[in-house]
Amino acid sequence: MSEPVVWLTIFVLSVFVGVEVISKVSSTLHTPLMSGANAIHGIILLGAILVAGHAESVWALVVGLVAVVLATVNMVGGFVVTDRMLQMFTRRKPRPAVESVETRSRQDGAPR
Amino acid sequence: MTTPVWVQLVYLGCAICFILALKGLSSPRSARAGNLVGAVGAVAACVVVFFYAGIDNLVPILVAVAVGLVVGVVGARRVQMTQMPQLVALFNGVGGGAAALVALLELGELAGVSEGGFALAATAFTIGVGAISFAGSLVTFAKLQDLMTSRPVVFPGLPVVFGAALLGALALAVATVVEPALWPGVVLAVVGLGLGVLLVLPVGGADVPIVISLLNAFTGLTVAAGGYVLDNTVLLVAGTLVGASGTFLTKLMAAAMGRSVVNILFGALKGGSTLGAGQASDRPVRSAGPEDVAILLNYAHRVIIVPGYGLAVAQAQHTLRELVDVLGDRGVAVDYAIHPVAGRMPGHMNVLLAEAQVPYEQLKEMDDINGDFKQTDVVLVVGANDVVNPAAKSTPGAPIYGMPILNADEAQQIIFLKRSMRPGFAGIENELLFDPKTTLLFGDAKDSLGKLLSSVKAL
Repeated sequence: MSEPVVWLTIFVLSVFVGVEVISKVSSTLHTPLMSGANAIHGIILLGAILVAGHAESVWALVVGLVAVVLATVNMVGGFVVTDRMLQMFTRRKPRPAVESVETRSRQDGAPR
Repeated sequence: MTTPVWVQLVYLGCAICFILALKGLSSPRSARAGNLVGAVGAVAACVVVFFYAGIDNLVPILVAVAVGLVVGVVGARRVQMTQMPQLVALFNGVGGGAAALVALLELGELAGVSEGGFALAATAFTIGVGAISFAGSLVTFAKLQDLMTSRPVVFPGLPVVFGAALLGALALAVATVVEPALWPGVVLAVVGLGLGVLLVLPVGGADVPIVISLLNAFTGLTVAAGGYVLDNTVLLVAGTLVGASGTFLTKLMAAAMGRSVVNILFGALKGGSTLGAGQASDRPVRSAGPEDVAILLNYAHRVIIVPGYGLAVAQAQHTLRELVDVLGDRGVAVDYAIHPVAGRMPGHMNVLLAEAQVPYEQLKEMDDINGDFKQTDVVLVVGANDVVNPAAKSTPGAPIYGMPILNADEAQQIIFLKRSMRPGFAGIENELLFDPKTTLLFGDAKDSLGKLLSSVKAL
């Protein structure tokens, strides 16, 4: 059922897409991007669930469950920590900071 | 087991989510939304599998997911922002480990029925590279967490051992394909673990983040191969996307530091670039007290701050911001010069300063501010070293030679806040410390900045 050429086609096209979509990233975002990509390969959780769900011996089940735990940590932790990083970028409040500096410097400026 | 069409369509949707996620993550405005889209895709793909694949052992699996969920969320929420690079390394490592385990189990199944060689080759690849990624990531974690030395670890004969292990891994992979059985796979996993350790040991501390990115790409390719083994398109697409973009990102990061990936991995093996003596120098320097430095700052027209990892370690971002605010009120023009690899990873410093609510407009990227140093009265270097080391421009033998640096040496006065004379992360001495224009203020960055702040206020 799995025709290797079809899979190869999907693989090669995905390589080009993968490089293309991040080609214009600014260095500021390198860390979050790496972390986000890291979370995406946590999708191996799907594979871990499949093998654990089809395990026929206790031994296989245990190994499968370990894989499930590890993969979940990868996926969930990855997305959460990426979000935390990106929160730092958006939570800057330029408005109040700039205003207060302006008003203070105006007060300073007046008496001089 | 054939996958129903509707499931394949859901998988296609998930793959699109991942592409949009990566696309979103490359621009500051859409980054957070992009990450969310990726998370939705990943969760959707994992939920769907329960509805068609005839999953047994439902309860233990859900318990395992719950355990992973708690560990992942708590780890990601609790970690200090300064320790983020090693956390990403750890998450990457466990992902690689999971992929290797999945492939081992699949090998156990394939060993009975003789299937095509492609699937077996992909299985062997997943086992070997997954194990490399797992062990390598654990070593990078140990290096960044200071559980072991961050200097390159090299022993005589390491290249020989590494080469032998690599050949052994290839032989085992071939054996797995020719004569499918579980035991060569298990041995392959063990050899892969050894390879991962040997690969990362010789890498110096400053280069570790680039290796994390590389191992991240490795795990991506592992997951892609796992997708082929399990007949699952979404694994293939997601893994390949991460593998390709991760490899490209590794190149971008290395370029930002003026290094090549080959040099980072194998530079220490050539023996040429022993990364400095790593000892405190006893050459004379000029040091001063906080009051003197406060005067320099207060009567300057233009000041540029060069923040480094030491600032973050001392948790001094907030004190620094207060100092800059006070100087701003006194009419001093202050900017922050952010080196692309300030902190420990590209973009790390922006995250840390944003956490301290430093206005975004004051953060200047290297290329935008490097021309300004000539007209700058005082450069205040807080907990940084390598990113202003002129050896990167002047000493061809230095390990950081060729790395773009901030031209702090062109300013009128340079002030270093340092804990000691120990060299920076790259382990090499900084000539700028001995420059006649340079003044040192010794002490913990937070202490020193606190004293500076009160001294400036008192003026």
